[in-house]
Amino acid sequence: MSDAPATPGAGAGSAPAPDLVPVLSATWAEERSWSIDTYADAGGYQALTKALGMAPGDLIQAVKDSGLRGRGGAGFPTGMKWGFLPPDDGGPRYLVVNADESEPGTCKDIPTMMSAPHALVEGVIITSFAIGCNHAFIYLRGEVVHVYRRLLQAVREAYEAGHLGKDIHGSGFDLDVTVHAGAGAYICGEETALLDSLEGRRGQPRLKPPFPAVAGLYARPTVVNNVESVASVPAIVDKGVEWFTAMGTERSKGMGLFSLSGHVARPGQYEAPLGITLRELLEHAGGIREGHELKFWTPGGSSTPIFTAEHLDTPLDYESVGAAGSMLGTRALQLFDDTTCVVRAVTRWTEFYKHESCGKCTPCREGTFWLTQILKRIEGGRGTQADIQQLLDTCDSIAGRSFCALGDGATSSIISSVKLFREEYEAHVEQGGCPFDRAASALFDYDEAPAGATRADSDAPEEAHA
Amino acid sequence: MTYDETTLAQLTADAADIVGRYPVARSALLPMLHLVQSVDGYVSPDGIQFCADTLGLTAAEVSAVATFYTQYKRRPNGEYQVGVCTNTLCAVMGGDRIWEELSEHVGVGHDETTEDGSVTLERLECNAACDYAPVMMVNWEFFDNQTPESAKDVVDRLRAGEDVAPTRGPAKVCTFKEVSRVLAGFEDGRADEDQGPGAPTLAGLEAARAATAAAAAADSGRTEAQQ
Repeated sequence: MSDAPATPGAGAGSAPAPDLVPVLSATWAEERSWSIDTYADAGGYQALTKALGMAPGDLIQAVKDSGLRGRGGAGFPTGMKWGFLPPDDGGPRYLVVNADESEPGTCKDIPTMMSAPHALVEGVIITSFAIGCNHAFIYLRGEVVHVYRRLLQAVREAYEAGHLGKDIHGSGFDLDVTVHAGAGAYICGEETALLDSLEGRRGQPRLKPPFPAVAGLYARPTVVNNVESVASVPAIVDKGVEWFTAMGTERSKGMGLFSLSGHVARPGQYEAPLGITLRELLEHAGGIREGHELKFWTPGGSSTPIFTAEHLDTPLDYESVGAAGSMLGTRALQLFDDTTCVVRAVTRWTEFYKHESCGKCTPCREGTFWLTQILKRIEGGRGTQADIQQLLDTCDSIAGRSFCALGDGATSSIISSVKLFREEYEAHVEQGGCPFDRAASALFDYDEAPAGATRADSDAPEEAHA
Repeated sequence: MTYDETTLAQLTADAADIVGRYPVARSALLPMLHLVQSVDGYVSPDGIQFCADTLGLTAAEVSAVATFYTQYKRRPNGEYQVGVCTNTLCAVMGGDRIWEELSEHVGVGHDETTEDGSVTLERLECNAACDYAPVMMVNWEFFDNQTPESAKDVVDRLRAGEDVAPTRGPAKVCTFKEVSRVLAGFEDGRADEDQGPGAPTLAGLEAARAATAAAAAADSGRTEAQQ
């Protein structure tokens, strides 16, 4: 929390590349970065002291003024979400942190919680104070056990330091925090499915309205915020609204973690002002892997329509990415070079949505099944030209027809890839197979042919069970 | 139920601890199912009945929840749950090949357990470590930047009874039952164990520092050139 950027976000979109702005990631390289001592030495929990001296309404107004928008994908203004809670009726109201990071490509909240869990814990305390919550929950996906250890310890340390519990630092404010581990279900990242799961049920989305602000956890007023949104709150309180709004673009303020993965020289977490471009990020990340060119990429995870090299200079803010036909989502930039078969990539994403569809709504449950059948047929060289249109028609039968956005997300990469790479789908049909060499895409060397032969000849259990 | 007296007493005490974390008892169900797996190695019929009795639900209601989530196992699980990410990004970076070679090497397929009960293999969906692709998880610890050789080596060492450290995480991978107890919300004292944050986690921070240093060097370079 210590390294305030000198000139954050100056001239996003123009050369030279705007500086990276490590805020949440500033302490990650410190010794025992996850401990409360390291966090406090870097100025941690100063924001809490400041917040407890403010009126809750002023805190909500400050977050509204900062322009902070939800970092979990949808980009809804965080302060406005807090402001939607109905007036206090004397009953409980809840903060639930969505730490169920599972969107393919998205890998920012896990390192945040692994390396600096106290940024989240401090954010939880300040947010709870602002919205009048006395029991907050952090819903962490279950498949990251060391992150769970770090969160459990961080919450315990916060209790021991008097940041949690009864009458916190003499303020009269009480808060308990429960860290809850999920059990493996992508759909629980959808906020109403998450709430059902936290209530001990199957994680299936609810019909909205009523929105969680009115009837959320246990049918009580509830704020559901992403990890990065909540973890950004202490810095806003500590450094001020003007510091935050100096970064970013007109309507996309502040900094965010950009997660570069795939065929890039130095993949990883790059914290930068919103509005930075992929071209600028790649300058910091060493470019696409040597000897290759960027073919396609996702700006915000697998649920966002894909981009190509034509979008290298699109400012990565909510408005610009939207205007270019995709979504900023979770800033999960998955980069694929010229060796990658787009049909293979899209087929695999579609299998993911089929696997993760909760089954509640027919269009999504049945539609993702049929999309997978058609795509596997095309990828395997058994498709027809009519299958490509059938894919698009099936997408039409899914998008916008279910309770939640999972089905919509399943159609994004299909529709955008057919638009951008239709000839590649057609080539699979015409050639009766995939024109690409899978081994060329891998990050290690291997020879594809012998393995396939060995496999076909072997009496592997998969075949035995068939 | 067939739990002996000691086991049942411990389960009951742990369940009371879990229920105490929530304003409404039913919220304890997911952690309690992890707790059951920490004792039985899977969600056993006894465990389902125990959860039902504790929370005032029917066994059918508990089963309906347990079968929704992939981390809850319906058959006795291997001591080590080994998952290879074969979602798009990891698959393209080599995850498909790692899966093929590992599956052939171990001799079991997806959601199958070796005869000695040591390893259950799984094709994983995205585990939020894409900047470390291709990724393998063992009992939900990170094994980053894998190759077919490294993946087979990890599994061989685990099956030989060796302690194996993940690339990010604690000093060693714990057993499926031990990890299930942590997931039920009971600390095991390993939070401070660490293998370092990994280069991708620090990539942006280091790039930012390099940019700052380069700017400073350029400034001093200009000064020296003028002298």
